Amino acid sequence: MIRDTSAPAAPAHPLPVLLPFRLTAPQRRFPPLRLTLLHALGIVGLGLLIAGGAHAQAGVNQLSAFGVIIKWFPLLMSGFLFNILISVLSMALGTVAGVGLGLASISLSTPLRRIAWGLTQFFRNAPWLVLLFFAMFMIPFEFRIFGVTIPFPDWVKAVIGFALPVMANMSEIVRGAVGSLPSGQWEAAESLAFSRRQTMWMIILPQCLKRMLPPWMNLYTLVTMATVQASIVGVTEMLTLIAQVHAAEGGRPDLLAPLYGFAMLCFFIYCYPIELWTRRLERRFHLHQ
Amino acid sequence: MAADPSVSQNEYGWTPDQPLIRLVDVHKAFGSLQVLRGVSLDVRKGEVICIIGPSGSGKSTLIRCINALIPVDSGTIRVEGQEVNDPDLDKLALRRKVGMVFQQYNLFPHRTALQNVMMAPVHVLKQNRKEVEVRARALMAKVRLQGKEDVYPGQLSGGQQQRVAIARSLAMRPDVMLFDEVTAALDPETVKEVLVTIRELAEEGMTCILVTHEMGFAREVADHVYFTDKGLIVEHGPPADFFANPKDERTKAFLGQVL
Repeated sequence: MIRDTSAPAAPAHPLPVLLPFRLTAPQRRFPPLRLTLLHALGIVGLGLLIAGGAHAQAGVNQLSAFGVIIKWFPLLMSGFLFNILISVLSMALGTVAGVGLGLASISLSTPLRRIAWGLTQFFRNAPWLVLLFFAMFMIPFEFRIFGVTIPFPDWVKAVIGFALPVMANMSEIVRGAVGSLPSGQWEAAESLAFSRRQTMWMIILPQCLKRMLPPWMNLYTLVTMATVQASIVGVTEMLTLIAQVHAAEGGRPDLLAPLYGFAMLCFFIYCYPIELWTRRLERRFHLHQ
Repeated sequence: MAADPSVSQNEYGWTPDQPLIRLVDVHKAFGSLQVLRGVSLDVRKGEVICIIGPSGSGKSTLIRCINALIPVDSGTIRVEGQEVNDPDLDKLALRRKVGMVFQQYNLFPHRTALQNVMMAPVHVLKQNRKEVEVRARALMAKVRLQGKEDVYPGQLSGGQQQRVAIARSLAMRPDVMLFDEVTAALDPETVKEVLVTIRELAEEGMTCILVTHEMGFAREVADHVYFTDKGLIVEHGPPADFFANPKDERTKAFLGQVL
């Protein structure tokens, strides 16, 4: 009787031999938010220390590093938001394309599967920066369709450039998640006369969502951090703007560390909570499966 | 009065007085491993047959061939006259006639118990959702799981999950049910509740093919017991006879081990 009501729950009395597993318990003592702030404060502190030191050596009429960041804050933030925009759009485009590619890579048609496999491996094993250059220089700056000119500015090309590796990685995530489901799910669906397509969309993929979410979020933080590479190909995102701000302030060497430190801080504050959330989801799904 | 034979004939020329399932000389190999080496058996409507034998003797493969989950290499399998080995097999037609329950239940974990039961009739047979729901609730009651309709499989015990799986299969209104070691993964105390459900089905006249290790159950409910070893049917007969006087040495050795 007891078994029936408490089947999925942990046993009431843990065995003493299992106690070493509680090694993970101390982690939970720090709530994730406090950890984020702690780290962020550390970086800000480091930045201020460097800035302070530099300020002591600087002339009287010059703005402090902190003052420079405050002064250019709106501009730098608009740059950072542009990074976010690029990351979100590449992720959206790459996810849609990647799900398609992933499904093709597990299709029953051998030619389709081979092509999908080839594309996935090609884009997964190319450096992101090379793919970015590839997109930048291979895609024309405008398209002409039915007499209408559609401009393709650099940042749109960058979005496509980042979407390519996202697509390939997403394809592998989909393939891996589908492959990780027990084959009994396919057998049960088949014996109930579901078609392959119905099985995929109604039974397999809904279960895969949970498994795909953590690696997908992880991929997103990688894309976000990769977006600064767009500065190399001339997209006016945060890193480009920092270089411009630095030049506008007379190229003072003492500003380099605080300015780039500020960029790091922005990305850290944005990506670290996602990372934490991902880890928490992973742990939760791991416990439930 | 003489019934017109053409009336009761189905589209494959099968009449209910013929065996519901007929296997003739079925062979199946996985690579170089011969799993089935010429299996023939007949199952009549309303019959309950149990297939027993040591693990690796091809029992599970055998029943998976009946609903075309595994294609056979040679031989014929007919379900109500429908040739299962036909390359142009109408799988939907076959599988709505043949229900199957698995050792690992294989419920869909992202759907509630009731949704599990309803999914195939609604989406595969395109039946009216309201009517299917009424039937599904009745089936849940039949397997004694009233009140568990909105519970997810993960929150049910093994025996409860297996009974949902039986209800899910019955919702397709099959003519024959295949049970593949359905109690093998269960705790001893929940085995009984599943066996009770299967016995009730058998008593209602459902044609059942069971692969099982429950010898007591086989003796009690089976009309016919088959013993397989190394891909062949070694011996078969009515349970009273089969268990009391096994003739083949392999059967004797096997029964000696498990009884």
